[in-house]
Amino acid sequence: MALWAKLKPDFWDRPDGQDWPFKHMFNFRRIWKRAVLLIAGVALVPLLSITAVDYNVTQKAIMSDVLLQTSRLVSNTKLSISFFLSGRAAALHFIVQDNGIAELQDPRRLEQILSHLKTAFGGFVDLGVVDAAGRQQHYVGPYELAGVNYSDQGWFQEVVARGVYVSDVFLGFRNVPHIIIAVKHRLPDNTFFILRAALDTARFNELIDNIAVSGEGDKFIINLTGRLQTPSISHGQVFEEVGLPVPPYVQKTQVVEGHDAGGEPAIIGYSYIPESPFILMIVKRKANVMRDWLHTRSQLIGFLVISISGILVVIVGVTTYLVNNLHLADQRRVTTLHQVEYANKLASIGRLSAGVAHEINNPLAIINEKAGLIKDIFSFKPEYAQDRKLIGLIDGVIASVERCAVITRRLLGFARHMAVSIEPIAVKTLIEDVLGFLRKEAEYRSIDVEVKVPEKIPTFVSDRGKLQQILLNLINNAFAALSDGGRLQVEARLAGSKAVAIDVIDNGSGIAPGDLDRIFEPFFSTRTCSGGTGLGLSITYGLVQELGGTLTVASRVGEGSTFTVTLPLEMPQPKGDASANPAGR
Amino acid sequence: MRILLVDDEKEFVATLAERLGLRGITADWATTGEVALAKAAESDYDLAILDVKMPGISGLNLEKLMAQQHPRMKFIFLTGHGSASDYHSGIAENRVIDYLVKPVNIEALVAKMQAVLKS
Repeated sequence: MALWAKLKPDFWDRPDGQDWPFKHMFNFRRIWKRAVLLIAGVALVPLLSITAVDYNVTQKAIMSDVLLQTSRLVSNTKLSISFFLSGRAAALHFIVQDNGIAELQDPRRLEQILSHLKTAFGGFVDLGVVDAAGRQQHYVGPYELAGVNYSDQGWFQEVVARGVYVSDVFLGFRNVPHIIIAVKHRLPDNTFFILRAALDTARFNELIDNIAVSGEGDKFIINLTGRLQTPSISHGQVFEEVGLPVPPYVQKTQVVEGHDAGGEPAIIGYSYIPESPFILMIVKRKANVMRDWLHTRSQLIGFLVISISGILVVIVGVTTYLVNNLHLADQRRVTTLHQVEYANKLASIGRLSAGVAHEINNPLAIINEKAGLIKDIFSFKPEYAQDRKLIGLIDGVIASVERCAVITRRLLGFARHMAVSIEPIAVKTLIEDVLGFLRKEAEYRSIDVEVKVPEKIPTFVSDRGKLQQILLNLINNAFAALSDGGRLQVEARLAGSKAVAIDVIDNGSGIAPGDLDRIFEPFFSTRTCSGGTGLGLSITYGLVQELGGTLTVASRVGEGSTFTVTLPLEMPQPKGDASANPAGR
Repeated sequence: MRILLVDDEKEFVATLAERLGLRGITADWATTGEVALAKAAESDYDLAILDVKMPGISGLNLEKLMAQQHPRMKFIFLTGHGSASDYHSGIAENRVIDYLVKPVNIEALVAKMQAVLKS
């Protein structure tokens, strides 16, 4: 809110048309709001759009890259596992091809073959020859498995049907995890035998352990029923259910988005190992693989938020500045129009009053001469010259004519100085000329008027017409503030060596502190109820400024006000104003 | 001293002439510039007292015309405006011009006339 207080436009709390008799051209609040929205829209919508597009594209690209890497890893590992199994099956095929049944029935030969297999491949545990009835006729290895009958076991039936068999990892009779690879060999007499080898799972597990999975992923093999065949990091131990759905069979490597055993979003790559019951799975948590992207994303979003905030502050600040100036310009336009209207009105009044005064002067002159002639005639006749009452009556007529003449002269003097008239000003005369207009009102309202102008105040050159207007406005305002029986003082004093100050002091109602700051603003009036337009003081202020002076006010509610006009003793040079005419016509 | 009074208000100018007459000052009067010029052509006046604003020939123009024809004549303007600017525009060298504001005080007028004639 402190930021809003700083950025808020000057006109925000003063809606146009409220208490203002003269309409502005624009609704500035609406202009401000529209400008902010429009500029913000134009600036931010493309930015946000491009950012959103870029975000999506980048995220998709990164995801695509992750999927590709996972797919490659799964494919490569699948090949390794497939090769592992097919190589050992091929070795058994070679053995049965290369050695006749008689040789395989020789325990020493079988023992030799097992030893060679261990040396060449590693991992072979035992070797057995199973006849067509399913009985293991010959066996070499650490277990007592000679003579075991496998005829009712699934693997036997499968190898009989397919010629080769790879088991999943199981415990069996030996109670140790192992894999069986069995190959069938047909004999010339149409019978067959099966060479059966058991492999421990150490090498098998090593293949999985050696997979380097980025992003803390989990890798393991499951069988077709979803049981783990190798240890996993977070999906369970061997023979446990993996906790994930068994993926559907596809020939090629697949990478999908799913959830890991913990329910977290995950990238799952899998592949069915051909000619085996195994499914290779690599599971990576999305949060882990996308960690760098998420970090970068957070930074970008933070940068975007800061940028947008900065852009908005600048937009609001610049818009406020511009619309404030627009408002100020429009206010000046309105003020100028009314100053012109005021000046025109004043000029009209001036012309009218000049005409009226002039027209009155002629009959006054006639009355004066006629009364004067009567007095002259009576004065020359002794019988009338001593008649005090007669002479007194005529003197009364002449005195009244003189009073009228003073008034008309004063009015004509004021009206004539509507045009610029630069001349020497005696402050006391100026004040008394203006007070002359208001003497009667002061008498009727019992307002005590006091004028104090020390002798040392020099005559100074200025515009008499403007000075009369200034003093008349200030004294009129003082009268409006005074109640009957109040007091008005008009005092002049030197303000330094180069200026004179005139104080108009009243003990009237005073001005509230909140109004003091605005008292010279155009259209601000504390007298709207009594028809005040609020132009008097703002025009007075402008007139004082034109004379190179200053106008200030001090006031206390209930105690009164003091308006001080300070004027330079030397008028500043005019700024090439075409209406300034020192000749004064 | 012979005085010519010129003012478009007949009541004013005739009464003023009579008052001056009571004071021993011979004053002729006219209500238009044309009549004033004709009278000035017939008689020698020492001083002309002219109203500034008149229909037809204005006081200022009348003064210029009379000054051309009667170089030694002196002038006083009577003005209803009380401004020196009303007659300043007519000032020329060697012509003495002064002014009074209407309504005039007869004693002030007589004093002004004597001062102007002496200058």
